[in-house]
Amino acid sequence: MSAEREIMEFDVVIVGGGLSGLSAAIRLKQLAAEAGKELEVCVLEKGSEVGAHILSGACFEPTTLTELIPDWKEKGAPLTVPTIDDNFILLTERRAIKMPTPPQMENEGNYIISMANLCRWLGEQADALGVQIFPGFAAAEVLYDEAGGVRGVATGDMGIGKDGQQTANYQPGYELTAKQTIFAEGCRGSLTRDLFERFDLRKDAQPQTYGVGIKEIWEIEPAKHKPGKLVHTIGWPLGAATYGGSALYHMENNQIAIMFVVGLDYKNPWLSPFEEFQRFKTHPAIRPLLEGGRRLAYGARSLSEGGFQSIPKLTFPGGLLIGDTAGFLNVPKIKGGHTAMKSGMLAAEAVFEHLQKEDAGTEVTAYSDNIRKSWLWKELYEARNIRPSFRWGMWFGLGYSALDTYLFRGRAPWTFSILPDHEEIEEKEFHPKIDYPKPDGVITFDRLSSVFLSNINHEENQICHLRLRDESAPVNINLKKYAAPETRYCPAGVYEILGEEEGNPRLQINAQNCLHCKTCDIKDPTQNIRWTTPEGGSGPNYPNM
Amino acid sequence: MKVLVPVKRVVDSNTKVRAKADETGVDLANVKMSMNPFDEIAVEEAVRLKEKGVATEVVVVSCGASSSQETLRTALAVGADRAILVDCGDADLQPLAVAKLLKAVSDKENPQIIIAGKQAIDDDANQVGQMLAALQGWPQVTFASRVDVADGKVKVTREIDGGLETLEASLPAVITADLRLNEPRYAKLPDVMKAKKRPLDTTTPAELGVNVTPRLKTLKVSEPPKRQGGGKVADVADLVNKLKNEAKVI
Repeated sequence: MSAEREIMEFDVVIVGGGLSGLSAAIRLKQLAAEAGKELEVCVLEKGSEVGAHILSGACFEPTTLTELIPDWKEKGAPLTVPTIDDNFILLTERRAIKMPTPPQMENEGNYIISMANLCRWLGEQADALGVQIFPGFAAAEVLYDEAGGVRGVATGDMGIGKDGQQTANYQPGYELTAKQTIFAEGCRGSLTRDLFERFDLRKDAQPQTYGVGIKEIWEIEPAKHKPGKLVHTIGWPLGAATYGGSALYHMENNQIAIMFVVGLDYKNPWLSPFEEFQRFKTHPAIRPLLEGGRRLAYGARSLSEGGFQSIPKLTFPGGLLIGDTAGFLNVPKIKGGHTAMKSGMLAAEAVFEHLQKEDAGTEVTAYSDNIRKSWLWKELYEARNIRPSFRWGMWFGLGYSALDTYLFRGRAPWTFSILPDHEEIEEKEFHPKIDYPKPDGVITFDRLSSVFLSNINHEENQICHLRLRDESAPVNINLKKYAAPETRYCPAGVYEILGEEEGNPRLQINAQNCLHCKTCDIKDPTQNIRWTTPEGGSGPNYPNM
Repeated sequence: MKVLVPVKRVVDSNTKVRAKADETGVDLANVKMSMNPFDEIAVEEAVRLKEKGVATEVVVVSCGASSSQETLRTALAVGADRAILVDCGDADLQPLAVAKLLKAVSDKENPQIIIAGKQAIDDDANQVGQMLAALQGWPQVTFASRVDVADGKVKVTREIDGGLETLEASLPAVITADLRLNEPRYAKLPDVMKAKKRPLDTTTPAELGVNVTPRLKTLKVSEPPKRQGGGKVADVADLVNKLKNEAKVI
């Protein structure tokens, strides 16, 4: 099949049109323009348009944006709601206890934004600089040269039917080759996963640990709306053993973003992040805010929470990792936007310099050095012990975090280690089943009516992009030992066990519901589910997530 | 033979639209926009006519804001030769105004065939093609599910109640495309790049001498009433009772 693929050559190919990828593209073009050089840069984006798959809180620290585009205000960047009022709250079942806001969570000078809209704007800036942006084309395969280095990526074939046969609309993928390929896939990139294995990039790093963020946008009654207000909660409905919490941001136009994050190192296989989120909205401190309002949008995305310890080797022959696929999120700050952008810029600077030199080799090692010398490294180093301390429960985590922050100021002489999330899950016998309340259709909802609000689109006639390594594991291992946790951790209802009553259980995969959050790829107990890219342009179409 | 295809930038068909809270229109802030699906089919048909050697040039035209350029580029990426944007700013364009603008463009371009989508999925007006034909004084064949051009004539098959109807019209003519006329192709990556370099001319209603002032006034845009949830009945007696006393239908 690869024989018929057309080849397109670029200087730099960037996989993913999110914050880090677009920042890298813009920086590369800026440097080329300053030096008066030609540089062909292309960005592949699997979403139907730039921003379609972008989901984030988001409270945004504009420092890096100012570094990249100092006149962003004049150019109309969608940063219009400055944060005004920080609240950090511990929830118990009935009460809400206001806590002192941790210094990392202070948001003076920050903005409440839609990351999707920021990406759309960055896409316009990149386009104006001459970056070739290709939305609707998913990078499905890494291409290697004879020496084993990365020589580019291939986009997926379009028009292959469910049965694996070509349809009338068949169109083979393209080989996009480049001197350097920058992987900016976001958390748990599917190609990055290949690269980890191929180049053993995680050899000296702790395993990555993740969270899944589920988000809704609501339009609320104007009297209850206060643009710029932030509320973060921990505690109920999650027990002290599970890491997680909520973020509630008042945006423009009487809209609020509600995000609920659950650490994917949770142990109880009966836990459902989706249902925990729904239950969270019924808390007496939250429900009144939503009453009389209407839900406008829904989505979900995993995020990297490992931080400093989990950062892999960032370069390999022919390519680099940037943004959240490398894992630059600052957990205590609950922000990864500014760090993702910074890593993209640092990569661009290293790559541009590299391309100017003759015989510089194929690996841009200067990028890793740049990262180490930057504020990004210091920031993540200081935050490194906060998230891992919650492994011992919320109370220990809170206590330790206060100690680490106020006393050691991030310079404690130790560094906590991390276990991979899928190994943390325990068998069903060790945990009580959780009975979640039925949705009321007003404040709480089921998965299907939620997914409907993500404007999702998947060409029906295509091969299932959720691959099982072992077809028997969903029943023989997942169902028997863990009560099929994929039916609960998937926030989109992709996984269902059918035929249990007839004594003939089987796993049904509703791939057309997939929100591309990658939680299954992360949390499946035996790592049996592999998330691959579906046809380009598939997936959610987030408006202003 | 030249084919002219009007295309419209509309809210994407996957988007769940909602009325603005003040009921003045549909909330389009940050919503994904795409080419009207019926227009995609029209472009595809025109490109196929060119591939068959029937047409020599495919020109696409869009009336709307400057953002419609993106829609025109999409058409160029799947095989249109050049594009014309009638830049109307953020004017409220109604079907008659669009038909007049297209007539003015057509007078300059002199196409033999105009293929339009049968209707736009945003306002569902289903008027522009018909009005355009009337203004031109050309034959019109709407809701085409098959198009054959030969000897200065076009044979068009339409899906009607109970079967297929085949009509013949002399050229020049206006054809509007129905859903099953064809299945539009995916754009090829190299063509997406080339499309950025294809010619795209811009004109304005003033240059074309057309007054686009709206003639219709929108009073209110509201969402359909929420469906009442159903209930389960215990048995047939209960059902009959409910039909009789609650629904009052028997």
